[in-house]
Amino acid sequence: MNLFKQDKTYGSVMSALAAVTLLIPLCNLIFPEDSALHFSAYSVSLIGKYLCFALLGLSLDMVWGYAGILVLGQGAFFALGGYAMGMYLMRQIGTRGVYGNAELPDFMVFLNWTELPWYWHGFGNFGFAMLMVLLAPGLLAFVFGWLAFRSRVTGVYLSIITQALTYALLLAFFRNEMGFGGNNGLTDFKDILGFNIQSDGVRTTLLFCTGLSLIGALLLCRWIVNSKLGRVVTAIRDQESRVRFLGYRVELFKLWVFVFAAMLAGLAGALYVPQVGIINPSEFSPLNSLEIVIWVAVGGRGTLYGAIIGAVLVNYAKTVLTGLMPDAWLFCLGGAFILVTLLLPDGIVGLLHRRIKPKDIEEALLGEPT
Amino acid sequence: MNPNYLENRLKTLFSQALSAAPAAKLMPPLTMGLAPRRLMGVFQRFTALGYAMRSRLPKTACYAVPTLALLFAVTAQAQTADAFSQALEQLRVGNMSEREQAIVQLGEDGRSLKLLRALRDGQLMDWKTESRLVIAVDSVKGYALRDPFDGKAVLAEVDKDAVGKLNMTNKLRGVLSKAIGGLQLNAESADVRLEAVKAIAKAADDNALQLLRKRLERENDAAVLAAIQEALWLRDLNGDDKPARLAAIQALKTRNSQDAYNRLRQLAEADAEADSEVTEQAKAAVKKIESRLQNYAAIETVFFGLSLGAVLVLAAIGLAITFGVMGIINMAHGELMMLGAYTTYVMQQLLPNYLGTALILSIPMAFLVAALVGIGIERGIIRFLYGRPLETLLATFGVSLFLQQAVRSIFSPLNRSVSTPDWMSGSWQINDFLSLTWNRFYILIFCLLVFTALLQILKRTKLGLEVRAVAQNRGMARAMGIPTSRVDAMTFGLGSGIAGVAGVALSQITNVGPNLGQAYIVDSFMVVVFGGVGNLFGTLVAGFSLGIANKVLEPYAGAVLAKILVLVFIILFIQKKPRGLFPQKGRAADG
Repeated sequence: MNLFKQDKTYGSVMSALAAVTLLIPLCNLIFPEDSALHFSAYSVSLIGKYLCFALLGLSLDMVWGYAGILVLGQGAFFALGGYAMGMYLMRQIGTRGVYGNAELPDFMVFLNWTELPWYWHGFGNFGFAMLMVLLAPGLLAFVFGWLAFRSRVTGVYLSIITQALTYALLLAFFRNEMGFGGNNGLTDFKDILGFNIQSDGVRTTLLFCTGLSLIGALLLCRWIVNSKLGRVVTAIRDQESRVRFLGYRVELFKLWVFVFAAMLAGLAGALYVPQVGIINPSEFSPLNSLEIVIWVAVGGRGTLYGAIIGAVLVNYAKTVLTGLMPDAWLFCLGGAFILVTLLLPDGIVGLLHRRIKPKDIEEALLGEPT
Repeated sequence: MNPNYLENRLKTLFSQALSAAPAAKLMPPLTMGLAPRRLMGVFQRFTALGYAMRSRLPKTACYAVPTLALLFAVTAQAQTADAFSQALEQLRVGNMSEREQAIVQLGEDGRSLKLLRALRDGQLMDWKTESRLVIAVDSVKGYALRDPFDGKAVLAEVDKDAVGKLNMTNKLRGVLSKAIGGLQLNAESADVRLEAVKAIAKAADDNALQLLRKRLERENDAAVLAAIQEALWLRDLNGDDKPARLAAIQALKTRNSQDAYNRLRQLAEADAEADSEVTEQAKAAVKKIESRLQNYAAIETVFFGLSLGAVLVLAAIGLAITFGVMGIINMAHGELMMLGAYTTYVMQQLLPNYLGTALILSIPMAFLVAALVGIGIERGIIRFLYGRPLETLLATFGVSLFLQQAVRSIFSPLNRSVSTPDWMSGSWQINDFLSLTWNRFYILIFCLLVFTALLQILKRTKLGLEVRAVAQNRGMARAMGIPTSRVDAMTFGLGSGIAGVAGVALSQITNVGPNLGQAYIVDSFMVVVFGGVGNLFGTLVAGFSLGIANKVLEPYAGAVLAKILVLVFIILFIQKKPRGLFPQKGRAADG
């Protein structure tokens, strides 16, 4: 509770999240459909989607805001988690597909495949699928990060190769031969854990789970960044070589945060897929990953709750604007990128607390490193 | 660029002038209105030619060449018109022996080819009321009468009675077909001769082959000569004379001809041929040709790789300036290329009749447009973010979204079509098995030109010196009186302008749409990083090697997988050598 006292915004964001998590499912279930307090199934899944994005933003803030690694491929981990969940949901369809094949998903029958590829085995089991939701992005992040951090690829180089990573995955998942449904991805889901995925009950439960995961993740991240590990990571962000000279193995710390963030992103993807009912390769597109960056930048990086505020606000603006003026959305997004970097380097949260931080003093005294 | 192009073009124009002129002189009453118009057409084409050539020849030559050709055309017409018109008249009204003479005489004049062909096909008729020869084609009313020299311009439509057929005998027909074959084989233009040889070889008519043998002795164009030889050898191969057949196999196996290859493959099959020696020889010949085919396939792969590499280099070279020299991550680089491509589109819309000129003009225009936008970006946004590369990346990404949507709003989200001028379309047919497309070839050359120009700017101009000075040590450069912020703007403008120029090249090989830039941005960053930041030569080498690697992998892995493999390779490569193929050494290397 000590933490709440330190930062009022953190407290209010936390309470808002708790309220959303508890009240919206209750309103949806308790009040009848014609009541003013009733939340429609559409808004429930929309809010659920925002919460998934908030979790994704949070994961990027861990790695960008605290470890200073600008990952332009966070969407790849999100999509991998989503695909793991999608594979579980595909296996639940059983004989209810268009071709009625109990063994193979529709798109495999369509491609004249005769048996399930080896990497699809086990996804009929929910526990295994959930394990893969965390392990698949985690493993990719581990291999990639281990190679990158060990050879001290930093800064923009790292950003660009993470972008190349997600671009390569985009191209790969577009191929039918990969066995993930190619262009169309995975869709047409029926059940989750035996319940109809379209039903109100499942939707509200999913929203509840997403809210709980987000609150849990926020608490966990908060605990991590305030732990000794978190302080070392923050130190690495500010002065990498000094930390290395002090005897810390910088690459291991970075790797740890990178993998943790990738797993969080995977979890967000897994919660996202049953709520929107589809996962396809466009989730890997570099543009999606850049949008995540703008959520965090708008909200204010290095604050955790800033990422949540940013993700919800930007996505709400997107929903409204793409509905009203589809042409204006990219102008707004582009404008947000420019204005936030030029005028609001600390985002909305920075606007809320206009006060001088020790970091600013240091920067003002030392000047920008060139 | 085909070296014969200009020559052939002139020859065509020349013969058009010739065929237009006598028509005007012989038929004054009806064609008075027509002839000047046609001559005007010729004039116009000369002017058009002048435009097209202006870019390649010194200014005076552009005007002098067409004028000379025209003068020549007019005098030639005056000298030969009389004998020619007499022969025509003889053909129209003379008796059989006079007609034979006339045909022989017409057979020596290049103008009468269409007319004689029409005679052979029974379409040449005597227009009684006008007393002249015309080509008559069936039409609703009876006959549509066409000009006998070009066979296109319709003179009138008349009843069937208005014209009279020219009677032919078998003897006349023999003389006629010889005259036509001779005319084609002896035509001015090597292309017409080549066509005639191919037609004769296909028909495999003994008489015509006789003509080929005759022509063989006088032919001086290498391509036509080779075609004649090949036709004769194929003829020998199909004959009964065994030594001649074997000799033909020996000769044909050195040729790169699809026909010869097909025929030899037939012969090489065990039961197709009774004579086992011929079969053996044919097998050896096929093997030899196939080993050559493999080499051609390799050459083609390398060419495709180089051309893909040229595109990559063009896309990356501007980035090598902004990213490599200045250290600015410009995510809007792809959109600057897109602006260049759209500039080409706009130029072609402005000059719809001169596509080639528009394309050439759009190179400086695209440079200007992209450079101005680039300078705008630098002055408006980037200069506030120097030393904060990640923020620069985000802001320029915002710019790229902005530009994309702007183009989408102005030009519609659909792809716009940019036409390829004639001299860039088609391919350079080296032989039957190897042809290289012209537009890729031009892009390869263009890429090298842009690269050289950029290198010269950096090495020899004042701007280049200042750019390098600022890149090496900003503070010291400023102390020496270099206006660093102006140099920054100019450098960024230069890099952006080159992106625009790359866009002109891209417009020739890919769809021009709002997403054009996005498709290249990851690739171009990869090329710069792979080559080593701050090293122009590294960019060149990296671009070409990635292009070739892509094309070499493609047949085994498919286009998409090849691309993925190359990307994965670069990602791994950067882990191993974070500073690229050719890292900077010394103090500049400490970022």
